[in-house]
Formats: sequence, C-alpha cells, structure tokens
Amino acid sequence: MLGLDKKHTNLLLLVFVLTLLAPFILNPFPEGSGMAQFNAGYPDLMQRFVIFGIFAIGFNILFGLTGYLSFGHAAFLGVGSYAAMWMMKLLTMNIIPAIAVSVIVAGLFALLVGWISLRRSGIYFSILTLAFAQMSYALAYSVLTPITGGETGLQPKLQDPRILDGALEAGASPKANLFGLEMGSSFEWSVGSWLFTFNVGYYVAAIAMLASFYLAIRIFNSPFGMMLRAIKSNQQRLNYTGLNARPYTLAAFVVSGMYAGLAGGLMVAMDTQVGAERMFWTASGEVVLMTILGGAGTLIGPVLGAGMIKYMENIMSKINSTILHEWFAFLPDGLEDFVVTLIYPFIGKGWHLTLGLIFMLVVIFLPGGLVEGGQRIAKLFKRKNPSSDTPDGKTTPAE
Amino acid sequence: MGILDIKNVGKRFGGLQALGDVNLSVAENSCHAIIGPNGAGKSTLLNCLVGKLIPDTGSVMFDGKSVLGRKPYEINQMGISRVFQTPEIFGDLSVLENMLIPCFAKRDGSFTPNAFIDMYKDREIVERAEHMLEEMGMADARGDNAATMSRGNKRRLEIGMCLAQEPRLLLLDEPTAGMARADTNNTIDLLKQIKDERDITIAIIEHDMHVVFSLAERITVLAQGTPLVEDTPDKIKGHPKVREAYLGETQDAA
Repeated sequence: MLGLDKKHTNLLLLVFVLTLLAPFILNPFPEGSGMAQFNAGYPDLMQRFVIFGIFAIGFNILFGLTGYLSFGHAAFLGVGSYAAMWMMKLLTMNIIPAIAVSVIVAGLFALLVGWISLRRSGIYFSILTLAFAQMSYALAYSVLTPITGGETGLQPKLQDPRILDGALEAGASPKANLFGLEMGSSFEWSVGSWLFTFNVGYYVAAIAMLASFYLAIRIFNSPFGMMLRAIKSNQQRLNYTGLNARPYTLAAFVVSGMYAGLAGGLMVAMDTQVGAERMFWTASGEVVLMTILGGAGTLIGPVLGAGMIKYMENIMSKINSTILHEWFAFLPDGLEDFVVTLIYPFIGKGWHLTLGLIFMLVVIFLPGGLVEGGQRIAKLFKRKNPSSDTPDGKTTPAE
Repeated sequence: MGILDIKNVGKRFGGLQALGDVNLSVAENSCHAIIGPNGAGKSTLLNCLVGKLIPDTGSVMFDGKSVLGRKPYEINQMGISRVFQTPEIFGDLSVLENMLIPCFAKRDGSFTPNAFIDMYKDREIVERAEHMLEEMGMADARGDNAATMSRGNKRRLEIGMCLAQEPRLLLLDEPTAGMARADTNNTIDLLKQIKDERDITIAIIEHDMHVVFSLAERITVLAQGTPLVEDTPDKIKGHPKVREAYLGETQDAA
C-alpha cells in the first residue's frame, strides 16, 4: 500500500489507528477517580505528543541516519513558529498558509545553517549548530524584537491587517482555523463516568504527523536513505565509492529542519503565541533526548520518545506530596512519611531526575532505546513458546 | 603512455621529503606492483593518486586527464577504485546494501536525491548487486551485517564493491596485510581471476613478496621517496639494489 512493503504498511496502519483512537487510549481512567490524573487524553497534551513526534521524526532523519548530532534544531522550530505567526498576523488566521510558510522558512534557514555547519563533522558540527541556535535565541530577544516581539513574544492582535480575512465582529478575538473550523473546538463524548475529548487541532496535527511518518518511511527505504546510513557507517568508503557526502548530509539537514519548521508552525496553529524560549538550547537538547530514548535510527522510536518525555513532563510533574500521602495512607504514619520523603524528589518538579535516571538506564542497558526494549521483550515471548509457532513442535532458531 | 602517468611527483611533509621525484607509468590492462621498505613513500604516492593528498610538484594523469585537485569521489567517478589496507566497508549495513551502494554510484553519479523510490524495487540495481555478490561467492551472506564477517570476507566484499563500479584502474593498498595465510591465498586467487577475466588495470602496493610475485607483471621498487628500479618480477628478484634497499628482507619473504 502507498508504495510500502507489508511490514511498513502494517507499522503505518498501527500508528494510524493509535493516533486516531488516542482520545480513548490516553483516557483509560474514569473522571473523578484517583487515577484520573494519569489521563493524558486532553487536547493540549495530545497535540504536544504529535507535534513533538513530528519534531523528533525529523531530527531522527538527520541524527538517526547520518549520525550528525545537531544541537540546534530548536532554532528551526522557533523560526517556523515566528513565520507561521506572521502569516496569521498579515494574511489570515487560516493555518494552511501559516504552516506552509513555516516549513519553507525553516527549510531556507536550515539550508543556510547546514551549508556552514556541515563543513565540519562530529563535535565541531554539534557546536556550530548550537552556536547558531543560541545566536537565533539571543537575536530574537534583542535586536530582532520588532520581528519577534522580544520577551513578550507574539500573539495575533485585533488590529493586525490580516488582508485575506474579513473584519472581526465586535468583541471577537482572532482564532486559528482551517477554513472556519477552529483549532480549539472540541467534541466531548461522555460514556458513563468516562469523558473523551475529540479536538480539531489534535486531528489536524495528527494528520500532519502521519504524513511526516509516512514520508520518513519512504526516505528510510530509499537509496537516498541508504546513502545517509552509509555516511554514518563509513564516510571514507562512501567518498571512495564516488559519492559526495556533502549534498546528502545537507539534504538530510534541510529535510529535518523542515520537519522542525512544520512542528513549529503547528505549535502556533494550536496555541496562537510564540516566544523566543522555544529556541533555547534546552529545547534542542530535548529532541536529542527524545530520539535517543526512543531509539535513534528507528522509525517509531522518536515518536515513542517524544510521547514518553511529554507524558512525564505533563503528568509526573503534577503529582505533589498531598497526592503521595493519599496513595500511601494505608501505611503506618511513620512509614508513610518515610516512603513519601523517599519518593518525593522524583516527582513533581523533580520529574527531570526521574527522566535523567531513565535516560541513563536506557543508554547503558538499551542502546537501541525503547524500540530495542520492545524487541527484546518480543524475543523473550518468541523463545518461551516456540512449539506454538511450528506445527511439528520443533524449535526454530531465533532470527 | 600508460593509463596512469605519474610525472615528477614530489611531496614534502615539513622537513620530510616523502616523495622525491617519482616518475611512473602503469600500462593499460597490466598488473603493476609498487614495493619498498617501510617509509619508502608507497602510501603517500597512493594518496596522491586518489585525491587524499595533493603533491607539491609534478602531475598525475589518468587516461589523459589530470587528477590533481579533484576530490576523492570525483577521481573515483573517473574510473579509479581503491581498496584500503584495512577493509573499508559499511559495517552497519547488510552485505547486499554494501553492494547496492557502488551500483547506485556507478549508475546515478555522485549525488541523486532519490528519496521516494524503494531501493529494492530498482530491479536493475538489485540484480546487478546480487550478480556481483554471486561472483564474489557471497550470495548466501547477503542479509548478514557486514561488520560480522571475517577479515578475508570483508576484503572480498570490498574488492567486489570496487569491481561493481567497473573501474578501469583498481588500486590496492596492501590487500593482504594482517591476513592469515589461507585468506592471503584466497585473495591472491581472487585477484588473479579478476586480472584474467576483466579489462582492468591493477596497481598494487604490497609488503608481502609472495603476493607481489604471484600477481605483478611489472614491479617498481620505491626507496626513500624515489623509484629505485622498475622491471619484470624475475629481474627484480635478483636485483642487487633491491636487496640493498630491503637489507635482506626479500630473502625471508620470498
């Protein structure tokens, strides 16, 4: 289907079904129950899952395939966001031109940054990209304030020209929409004590994510993708096989910059504001974490990594000491306090500590990320019941 | 005029004159060996041919065109393939993928942004790569990770990858260095077969006299950056200057 082989078609279908049903899957606990705080099925977070999924998929095309570790990818996200915001201010609140322009502008910026940074490889390349990103961040805060809004950032204002949109009614505020369908609008479906929210913005972002994912599969399976992996594997051999690594890495860099731009544009479409902190180096570092945590160089890994980090950031960080005390209320008082004190540094604001520990464990024991973890578990199950695979009861050697 | 003409090539690294004044001509469809003791400048000379180094003086002409100032990939596209001292293959890729890459490079040139075709649906390329693997006797290993192969097989794959590009000149840099005797003999047999079956010029740099005398039709002896003698293997064997340069090494090795 769609020019993919069976394995990849199945993967794409799986991701399609999961994103389509995400409002159900992410809301397994009934409203009002003690576990409801683990529900992730609200629009804001679901949008973040898919948007950062796009960001990480794009980053993985560069880092996972070519091995070039960019430490400045948030710059493209930020530039895409600003571009989208200006389209919304000048042209229309319809998200199509905003997103299209964010991808193009981020791509052009990536072309410039890549053209310069790719003269070096390894740590020097990483430092160059980091320098560019921090430069963009500093510029956005200072001299470029007329364009970026400086510290306050940018929001759509009533007096913006918006030449394609009609005048707003009195009292109405400009809202991001897709031909009139507002990104913020949701359909809520209440089943028993469960509440499922189907948000327009989420599904728009999900479609973009599925398209990005499909594109990534095509790139992975193409000769172009193989050349990128060859660059990571042995650039010397590639050069002496008559292939010029520069345009390949530059193309990968631009493509991944465009993915970041798309993510930035979608962020503006969902939540109509942008500030320079989006380009800070920690944001660049986050996408590196996502990709490595999920599994660099794998297709689904970056999406998993993005989901995991965003889930922890939004859910783990909400657990406070009161909630902990409720959980461990069944313990004797002294012990309860002790257990809560023990766990407290790892939750709430301390979620970074948990993330750090998980990241260390993954890097040390599962260099292939969560995907490798999944593969190992799958292998365990295969080994456990080999007789059920083959009718004659003979064991088959593991692949 | 040979297919490769090296004229007055000199290269200096700081105070060290690595290559003095090298004049060398490799005849088309011959097998030419360059031997010499350690530090004689063999590798420097080779690096000057493939674009890794640019000589300070002189000219290197391949098939009537200068290679100087061109990048390694451009020189490769002109028809010069290089086999490295330690086999350079794509370790993270499968054996078949290793073979697909030179096939794509041969047909599509140094850069093709073909990001939307499935590489295994490109029958022409896949068939060519599988044919090459069969010729190298590695068809069964096509799905294996290239890094897991033995040294001898890595060398075989590397040579196969070079041949897949149908080069006019194959440069070999100590192709049997660090190999067990059996692997060395296999490699010699493979190279002999290549020499007999194809219209290809082979230039080989080698320490191992057994390899050199099994393969070469002409031998140049390099010492301290300058060619000492150039002759047929039989004449080289007994040449007093060669013995002197090697300080008796030839007697042990041969």
